[in-house]
Amino acid sequence: MARCMMTDKARRLSGRIRPGLPGLSVLALAMSVTSGSVSAHWAYVSNEKDDTVSVIDTETNEVVKTLEVGERPRGVTLSHDFTRLFICASDSDTVQVMDVSNDSILFELPSGEDPEQFALHPDNRHLYIANEDDAIATVVDIETHEVVSQIDVGVEPEGMAVSHDGKYAIVTSETSNMAHWINTETQSIVANTLVDQRPRDAEFTPDDKQLWVSSEIGGTVSVIDTETREITQKISFEIPGVTRDQIQPVGMEITDDGTLAFIALGPANHVAVVNGESLEVIDYILVGRRVWHMALTPEQDKLYTTNGVSGDVTVIDVASLKAEKTIKVGRYPWGVTILPKAHIPQ
Amino acid sequence: MNQLERLFSAPSSMTRSCPCGPCGLSGGRRRIGTVQNRLMRLAGLCLAMLTSSVYAQQDKLVIDILYLEQRLAHPPVLSNLVSWPEDEGERGASLAIDDNNTTGRFLGQDYTLEPLIFEPDAEPQARNDRIRAELAKGARLVVANLPAADIDAIASLPEAADDLLFNAQSMDNVLRNEQCRSNVLHTIPSRAMLSDALAQFFVKRKWEEIFLIEGNTDKDKAFADALRASIRKFGLDIVESKTWIEDADMRRTASTEVPVFTQARDYDVVVVTDEDQDFSQYILYNTWLPRPVAGSAGLTPVVWSPVIEQWGAAQLQSRFRKLAERDMTSRDYSNWAAVRSIGEAVTRTGSVNPAEIRRYVLSDDFELAGFKGAPLSFRTWNGQMRQSVQLVHPRAVVATAPVEGFLHPVTELDTLGLDEPESRCEQFNQP
Repeated sequence: MARCMMTDKARRLSGRIRPGLPGLSVLALAMSVTSGSVSAHWAYVSNEKDDTVSVIDTETNEVVKTLEVGERPRGVTLSHDFTRLFICASDSDTVQVMDVSNDSILFELPSGEDPEQFALHPDNRHLYIANEDDAIATVVDIETHEVVSQIDVGVEPEGMAVSHDGKYAIVTSETSNMAHWINTETQSIVANTLVDQRPRDAEFTPDDKQLWVSSEIGGTVSVIDTETREITQKISFEIPGVTRDQIQPVGMEITDDGTLAFIALGPANHVAVVNGESLEVIDYILVGRRVWHMALTPEQDKLYTTNGVSGDVTVIDVASLKAEKTIKVGRYPWGVTILPKAHIPQ
Repeated sequence: MNQLERLFSAPSSMTRSCPCGPCGLSGGRRRIGTVQNRLMRLAGLCLAMLTSSVYAQQDKLVIDILYLEQRLAHPPVLSNLVSWPEDEGERGASLAIDDNNTTGRFLGQDYTLEPLIFEPDAEPQARNDRIRAELAKGARLVVANLPAADIDAIASLPEAADDLLFNAQSMDNVLRNEQCRSNVLHTIPSRAMLSDALAQFFVKRKWEEIFLIEGNTDKDKAFADALRASIRKFGLDIVESKTWIEDADMRRTASTEVPVFTQARDYDVVVVTDEDQDFSQYILYNTWLPRPVAGSAGLTPVVWSPVIEQWGAAQLQSRFRKLAERDMTSRDYSNWAAVRSIGEAVTRTGSVNPAEIRRYVLSDDFELAGFKGAPLSFRTWNGQMRQSVQLVHPRAVVATAPVEGFLHPVTELDTLGLDEPESRCEQFNQP
């Protein structure tokens, strides 16, 4: 899913038992899924060309409702207490805040122009927003609804991430080919790391020791050391029968224990699975057309991918690394975030 | 051939002094070329002429790019809707300067565009002297919007030997072939790339029998030659070929003239070459057989168009509209790509030397994200920028070439235009 993943991750790390991967516990979970008790979360999927958000029940894997939102919704994320859904309504130039309990829009945040992706600081208060058309990043206080700061960044800011310890916010700029490191205390840029062409997503490893940045046109994922802010390794991809030009890494998801990473490869229509330690690609999973972003369930047993061109969501079983089901949603699904079962309104 | 070429072939006195008289000291360099006013342009030029093209100031790397344009008088056309923006090309280069500077502020780089633009009625001798004087000022990076003959003549000047020119306007195949020059790269596609793109699409759709209508200008003939070569290359047939007769106001007579003109036993598609948009729009829906029209009207091959919005292109479109208050054309895009290529090379190499930039952009390391899916790069045998070609009509993209299924051992982008084995370019890699 969008950079909004940081949110989910920070929350997941804060209080939940993490199953080993792939092990017996996953199997046990999978079995209990069939008994219908564990995995009934809600996946919120933004449909960029329909101005809607589809809500999928992860037990039945069916769309349970479709919500009308602002124009061109892209990034979606949940507050750390799971009461609110934040939606980047890019063409409405706003971030909408939805009350999860009744689907009403509570208020809109002053996001700056053309918000695309965002990340919520672990303080559950500061939302970092990339303003794609304006070469700035906007920091909004979600309590006071005020803009705390606007930071000049490179051309077409896109990906957003906040480290789990809250020290850094990262924004990637697509045409400047940089990851900008923002000190969240001073709200100023402290470093810039040049990466390959058209960086999209940024993701910290769970221990914050590495920052991963995907480059859509460069076709690589740069693994950056958080201390030196220099690239230590580049991961590249090769799929038989798919030309190199089609391999365009976009969204990334790293499991909570850091053992696996999933990289959405856009028009290659595959998700790459990377070993978090050796950084080797261990598998490619065929999904729908032009896969954008992904979200893992809290149990880490299922991965939901948004497939823009085919207008659907693929469910991947993490233990077997197999695609299990395709769910039709709206036109051009883009972002996805998952609301855990315990927080679903009754 | 052309005045410029003729004049350059004779010895000409060259001036290295600033022709504008005392015009101030260096320092207040005009950025980005956003000011349209010609006086301002002249003033900027004078300032530029007193300084070297590339210099370090307060630990800043300053990259000064010469924008060279010979404006052309457009011939009269029938439709009142056809218009050519006067600042076509220059706005694309300006946008890329903005983009480079937004990145450059994090890297201590400052890009400036120095426009040197000549109106159609510019006095040739004075113009040529100015150009020679500019090029003589050290090793320059030049974005050129010039007719083919001028590109050839200027690139051959001794003053240009250490310069690097980016041809962002001329689509002539010959500049990539027999007349290629080691100091010229091409960011605009050759006509061969455009015609190959169309031919690939025809193969895919099984539109194998072609009715070709050739316009009367040299450009139209060149496009028709490129089409004939592509049609041969991809195994298609020309079942009928005619040259347009320009003697009527087609706005009133198209419905009677065109059906008769396009009579033939059978054909799958009518292809028309009319780069100045004089008559081709009147062919549509008036053909003898109910067939699609392609080429200069109907389905047209382009490298940029307002209808392109995939691959993040919508962002480039909106940035351009904000800057220029109009839509971005293929020529604007080619200028943008030239200046962005320079920016990318400077960022990755830390060098502003044209020879080093040439080396880098021709290396395997160079890639430029160009909002068209596959990254842009340059062919090592003739300096042509590799890029996809979009087949569009005024409201939508119909297809992107290389069309799926056309394979190539190196990159499918090289199925478009002059590939290495068939290249007759010999001078490109001569020292």
